[in-house]
Amino acid sequence: MATAFSATLPLHGSSQENRLLLPPTRLPPPSSFLGSTRSLPIRRLNHAHAARRSPVVAVQEIVKEKKPTNSLLITKEEGLVLYEDMILGRSFEDMCAQMYYRGKMFGFVHLYNGQEAVSTGFIKLLTKSDSVVSTYRDHVHALSKGVSARAVMSELFGKVTGCCRGQGGSMHMFSKEHNMLGGFAFIGEGIPVATGAAFTSKYKREVLKQDCDDVTVAFFGDGTCNNGQFYECLNMAALYKLPIIFVVENNLWAIGMSHLRSTSDPEIWKKGPAFGMPGVHVDGMDVLKVREVAKEAVSRARRGEGPTLVECETYRFRGHSLADPDELRDAAEKAKYAARDPITALKKYLIENKLANEGELKTIEKKIDDLVEEAVEFADASPQPGRSQLLENVFADPKGFGIGPDGRYRCEDPKFTEGTAQV
Amino acid sequence: MAARIHGGAGAGAATALSTFNPKKLVAPSRTNLPAARSSKRCIVAGGGSDASKSLSVRHSQKLIASAAVATKAETSATTGTGHELLLFEALQEGLEEEMDRDPHVCVMGEDVGHYGGSYKVTKGLADKFGDLRVLDTPICENAFTGMGIGAAMTGLRPVIEGMNMGFLLLAFNQISNNCGMLHYTSGGQFTIPVVIRGPGGVGRQLGAEHSQRLESYFQSIPGIQMVACSTPYNAKGLMKAAIRSENPVILFEHVLLYNLKEKIPDEEYICNLEEAEMVRPGEHITILTYSRMRYHVMQAAKTLVNKGYDPEVIDIRSLKPFDLYTIGNSVKKTHRVLIVEECMRTGGIGASLTAAINENFHDYLDAPVMCLSSQDVPTPYAGTLEEWTVVQPAQIVTAVEQLCQ
Repeated sequence: MATAFSATLPLHGSSQENRLLLPPTRLPPPSSFLGSTRSLPIRRLNHAHAARRSPVVAVQEIVKEKKPTNSLLITKEEGLVLYEDMILGRSFEDMCAQMYYRGKMFGFVHLYNGQEAVSTGFIKLLTKSDSVVSTYRDHVHALSKGVSARAVMSELFGKVTGCCRGQGGSMHMFSKEHNMLGGFAFIGEGIPVATGAAFTSKYKREVLKQDCDDVTVAFFGDGTCNNGQFYECLNMAALYKLPIIFVVENNLWAIGMSHLRSTSDPEIWKKGPAFGMPGVHVDGMDVLKVREVAKEAVSRARRGEGPTLVECETYRFRGHSLADPDELRDAAEKAKYAARDPITALKKYLIENKLANEGELKTIEKKIDDLVEEAVEFADASPQPGRSQLLENVFADPKGFGIGPDGRYRCEDPKFTEGTAQV
Repeated sequence: MAARIHGGAGAGAATALSTFNPKKLVAPSRTNLPAARSSKRCIVAGGGSDASKSLSVRHSQKLIASAAVATKAETSATTGTGHELLLFEALQEGLEEEMDRDPHVCVMGEDVGHYGGSYKVTKGLADKFGDLRVLDTPICENAFTGMGIGAAMTGLRPVIEGMNMGFLLLAFNQISNNCGMLHYTSGGQFTIPVVIRGPGGVGRQLGAEHSQRLESYFQSIPGIQMVACSTPYNAKGLMKAAIRSENPVILFEHVLLYNLKEKIPDEEYICNLEEAEMVRPGEHITILTYSRMRYHVMQAAKTLVNKGYDPEVIDIRSLKPFDLYTIGNSVKKTHRVLIVEECMRTGGIGASLTAAINENFHDYLDAPVMCLSSQDVPTPYAGTLEEWTVVQPAQIVTAVEQLCQ
């Protein structure tokens, strides 16, 4: 598996040093003018322009820089963390499929198999206080961010012990503790929320004068890139120089709509420079490549230099959801991407570069199997929400249900906590 | 237990009432209340002259310590001190006070910063607080509303302005799905303390799209509260309360009310978000209204008083949820209800209110609830046509006369 840094990824020089190990640099002072710093005619932005002028080809076909073999992209420790995270994502999703067909979960369930490199590549670089925003294909983003498998599985089973008390379900994975800001059912809906989280980060720094360099990563798909909210947020993020990374998980299909049939210019990364931010295309089946790009994008955001648009070419091995018969996709296309399974690729890399041996990897796989089994047992054993939960959480302040005819607030009615009050 | 009255509000049927009210059969004398009981004098809900509210522990007061100031009858405004200002200035004052008090409060919207707001509600704030705290957004309602929601989830308290409430139709996705629902779907983990505000309603020949009443479209969204301000006093009070609330609140202002002048207290006060406001106590009929229609009602009330009627006028203020206590007490007293609103006939606030009253207070009604709403017509540009789409005082007088027969 090629681990070289593709030539179309010119973000900041070619230095491969891990910028995240450096002490945080002092952030530039806030500009007094909030707005575009571009004057007309457009002055050349180095990297974006270079990207625009290079010929458009698939990443694999670009001549790769040969890296010296003694300069690896990851350490053993990092490698094992990445491997474990991807195995967790894959095993969990496989278990979801089983549980769905056994009638333990219902509704729409969208699985992430095949795309693990994107989630792991980005999220394992983030701190706990960084935020992640996703779509309905959010189980693995939640897991990578640190939400426990138990909490996610229970949520899928609709139990009280779920991360959202069973109230959200598959498409609404939230965790305040881990700054997982959802889980959204409508595509594009989460991007403004992510923009808001990034805005808060900038606000904390510049208005509240706090030491805050939190970044937000927004994940969404190729279909979303034809939606207005996407463009509106690219504009605002670049305008206000928000610490956000827009990650497009381009798996070429929006349910049954091929990306090429729905998009006038299918190269999504090119849309970044139109708004004044770098646009990068990366092989989303290669976790190390994703990680390299992510490192640069994240540190760019932390330095206060603004947003980045990263398009990850990836693929989902299963259908759009568990209800999707997946009849439109070509078998050859599926086979091509199956051969580029990110987990197999990382495993090969680790072994070939002597970062780990089969035994260690098998141990990890077994550990994850046990973890996922345990999560299912836990979810099975957890209770379903009682009636009393029905009216809680509608309002943060339950006075919002108003004053009843007897003069008391509705939420003071003892039946309120039983979930049977008239509201 | 009141008997039902079928058909029109027949006076003959009144004799069948077991809750016999002799006052109803006697021509009411001129009330002692001065005719100049100005529509601009606000009696704050929860206090004032309504005795039934001050007795017995009003449980709600245990929860609203912050409303204590508002419930005092004597404020600097009534004792002579206090300061006079216009409604938009009152909104600005409330907003500025809250921004001074809590650095997490910020404003975002179109032209709120350098321009000072298209109705001057945010005038001067960008100079004082900076461009980030009073953020001029590009024209992308859906995205900047969503951005406000994301900011609220992560610790800020944004006040999102729709330049005209109608523009928020573009933000419906964010308002319905995220603003209203995220607290619930996240299992209570994230709060969304946003205030979404802006002018709506029918103005002076603004045309159909700038004359919309979004309260009827938003009212079904679970998880949000909606309030409508109508006087400088309650504008400031509701603005402050909305900002302090942990719930998402939509504050409806009206294009034609921004230049209303009133003297408001110097000391700090807050209006309760869930309470209605007693504008004019009366005995014969309950008139429920809000926002601009309050003034049409009060104008009609002058005529009605001259004709010998004694209407009780309540500004419901809280469009969602309804203050069924204030409303109910009034219905129990007068037994007749007229709702006057600016929403369309179909699916408006009046429609919901009619249903709520029928459901909860049916036994106390001597006549069917009557609801005067705007016509189900896109607001025409021509002045004459526009006038006919909206409820006018003459119609209100006729309706009261009809109900009180």
